[in-house]
Amino acid sequence: MSSSAHSAAASPGVPRLAQHFASIEVQNHAARLGMWLFLSTEILLFAGLFVCYGCYRYLFPEAFAAASRHLDLTMGTVNTVVLITSSLTAALAVHYAKEGKNGVVALMFALTIGMACIFLVIKGFEYSHKFAEGALPGPYYRMEAVQLPGVPLYFTIYFLATGLHAFHVVVGMSVLVWLMFKAMREKNFGPNNYVAVELGSMYWHLVDLVWIFLFPLLYLI
Amino acid sequence: MNPSSSTTAEGVLPAHDAHDAHHDHPSYLVDGTTIKSWLLTVDHKRIAIMYLVWILLFFLVGGIFAMAIRIEMLTPGPTIMDAMTYNRTFTLHGMVMIFLFMIPAIPAVFGNFVLPLMLGAKDVAFPKLNLASLYIYLAGAFLALWGMINGGLDTGWTFYTPYSTHTTTTVAPVLFGAFIIGFSSIATGLNFIVTIHTMRAPGITWFKLPLFAWALYATSCIQVLATPVIGLLMVIVTGEQLFHFGLFDPARGGDPVLFQHLFWFYSHPAVYIMVLPSFGVMSEVVATYSRKNIFGYRAIAYSSLGIAFVGFFVWGHHMFVSGQSTFDAGVFGVLTMLVGVFTAIKVFNWVGTVYKGAVDFKTPFAYFCGFLFFTVFGGMTGIAVATTSLDVHWHDTYFVVAHFHFIMVGATVMAFLASLHYWFPKMFGKTYHEGWGLVAAAFIILGFNATFIPQFLLGNYGMPRRYFEYPERYQALNVASTAGASLLAFGFLIIAIYLVYSLAYGRASGQNPWRSKGYEWLSASPPPTHNFVGPQPTYPEEPHFYVDPKKAEVPDVV
Ligand code: HEM
Ligand SMILES: [Cu+2]
Repeated sequence: MSSSAHSAAASPGVPRLAQHFASIEVQNHAARLGMWLFLSTEILLFAGLFVCYGCYRYLFPEAFAAASRHLDLTMGTVNTVVLITSSLTAALAVHYAKEGKNGVVALMFALTIGMACIFLVIKGFEYSHKFAEGALPGPYYRMEAVQLPGVPLYFTIYFLATGLHAFHVVVGMSVLVWLMFKAMREKNFGPNNYVAVELGSMYWHLVDLVWIFLFPLLYLI
Repeated sequence: MNPSSSTTAEGVLPAHDAHDAHHDHPSYLVDGTTIKSWLLTVDHKRIAIMYLVWILLFFLVGGIFAMAIRIEMLTPGPTIMDAMTYNRTFTLHGMVMIFLFMIPAIPAVFGNFVLPLMLGAKDVAFPKLNLASLYIYLAGAFLALWGMINGGLDTGWTFYTPYSTHTTTTVAPVLFGAFIIGFSSIATGLNFIVTIHTMRAPGITWFKLPLFAWALYATSCIQVLATPVIGLLMVIVTGEQLFHFGLFDPARGGDPVLFQHLFWFYSHPAVYIMVLPSFGVMSEVVATYSRKNIFGYRAIAYSSLGIAFVGFFVWGHHMFVSGQSTFDAGVFGVLTMLVGVFTAIKVFNWVGTVYKGAVDFKTPFAYFCGFLFFTVFGGMTGIAVATTSLDVHWHDTYFVVAHFHFIMVGATVMAFLASLHYWFPKMFGKTYHEGWGLVAAAFIILGFNATFIPQFLLGNYGMPRRYFEYPERYQALNVASTAGASLLAFGFLIIAIYLVYSLAYGRASGQNPWRSKGYEWLSASPPPTHNFVGPQPTYPEEPHFYVDPKKAEVPDVV
């Protein structure tokens, strides 16, 4: 929104109006609608993977069941809890942004980011575990314990899905880091100016939501 | 805003009227003349012009390769290239035409230019995203072209697996390029949807939206909902090519038909991304030059949404011979025919608009006539190939090539040329020579027919597509097709010459040379940077309101 010449003059709690919008309400409405549309494209991106998962699960039911029992359920569960909690702190950030408590907003985002780091570290352990075992995608699969046709495909999908999800975690973290610094430096979130926080949190909820689907598909069933 | 743009009020709205002298509001073309003021602009009109330049360039590249294909097909044996080069040539042609020309052409150029004007808005909702989408498009385009030149790609634009994951040609950069271009398409679609929802001027209700805006809305919905799926697919296939995971490779337990499902889940709706904007353009053109209120406004608007909706449920008609069950094939066939029903609604309404109109036979109207023919004929052959029993005979023959060229090239290129001529005065404030316009249109329309009607016959006689040699008996029709393609190319040449000439020497067109009732003509031609000077126009009438059908039986002859 640098299209406004008054960027430097932005005072606390007062959002900047870009010159092509009629009013702040319209501008916020546009931002939210844009974000919802963007999130729906993200969901569709993952939907393609879910379709692949569904098809191969149907073609190789035993292999998928066997391979899924090979994932570390504890780590997966811990990660699920961590991610859901991080979604809560992200939601609280929006709550405090509306109240103009910029310090708390920054804190909430710091917590969210911290949990995201924990998530990634755990994920890293899981990955290295899989690498060591040879539970790798396609032609690289060399785990002696499970030898069924279809298992390498399972791990292909596992790495694609969790990899793509992890990539989204990283993107989400960058957004939240940016918002955290904004809250700390500019301190201008308030009742009239919290849309940026809201959108950032929405993105984070998406990351959480996708995981809520991945977890049962990959670990539980 | 762009750095060297006008010094007038930037920021809050009302300040704008403060100094309202005309010299304060130069047209967007001259408001800032540095290279930077163009490359970094966030003005939707300048972005549209930059798109236009690039898209025409890519059209030229695709066209040169089309001519290479046609020259190769002049003789039954090798003519100017070997088999591998031929494979790469038609792949490059298909890729460039589909992803770099047809999909962005009308929305990114004309949609970008006129949509905000039609809505009485100062810009699209997210101007920076708009500029970003141009550069994303270019980045993807150059990556793909780089891949096609260095190593080439011989899979055809459909990248069918498992061939595409095993060929030794460079699949990865091309696919990744296509993936990147997808983001540009999503960004444009998203921007348009939000713009239409939030930026309509007071007075423009949903049912006062010009039909072009309705068409763009439907198109954008498809772009946003279908593109992510192919994006994912492109990434997976790139990975497959590099690491041979085997997700779509039967040798490793993967399922190539799953690839086809995902591919066509996007690519069938993609053909409506290409053709729906054309329908929108034609609704504008037909009303303007018939000087008559559009017939069946709501039916036309809803049928765009209808096409967008059923477009998602018909992809299976590309896989009639892939082993899907007869029942599935039947369902997909019937659903496909529904698209024909929606298209027919539009066709009848256009014809109803022309009926008893005071037709002003200008160049865009000539393209409308060509368009009507190609849409009806191409649509009818579409119904024919949607019939399973017939398609088994025609599948992967030149009949299919002719079918999709009739619709995509015939209808969409007609609309592209119609838009170019119709909005040329709006964009540049200049007129072109009407006589040359009509001559070129004649070449183009005849050329298209001469190119593709022989291909329908070839397909029906059993000539398969994508083959580089063919039996003697197909030669006569191939020569006819190549001759037609030359006429077509000649037509494009004429257009290029007189339009460039008009840019330099054309007469000033005045604000509204067609005396159109379209909202976009309410601003100056070419428009000033923020589209409107002074108080916002009001919108008391419906768009396309030439004659009140309730009051006047007889059209107002002018
Ligand atoms: C300028 C006149 C054109 C001529 C003479 C021409 C000719 C051809 C020919 C001979 C083929 C190869 C068919 C085969 O071997 O299967 C082809 C394929 C194709 N063309 Fe064109 N074409 C033209 C313009 C266009 C345009 C404007 C588009 C934009 C949509 C287009 C889209 C395609 C597509 C999608 C294919 C299929 C490529 C494939 O299946 O690999 N063509 N064209
Ligand atoms: Cu189709």
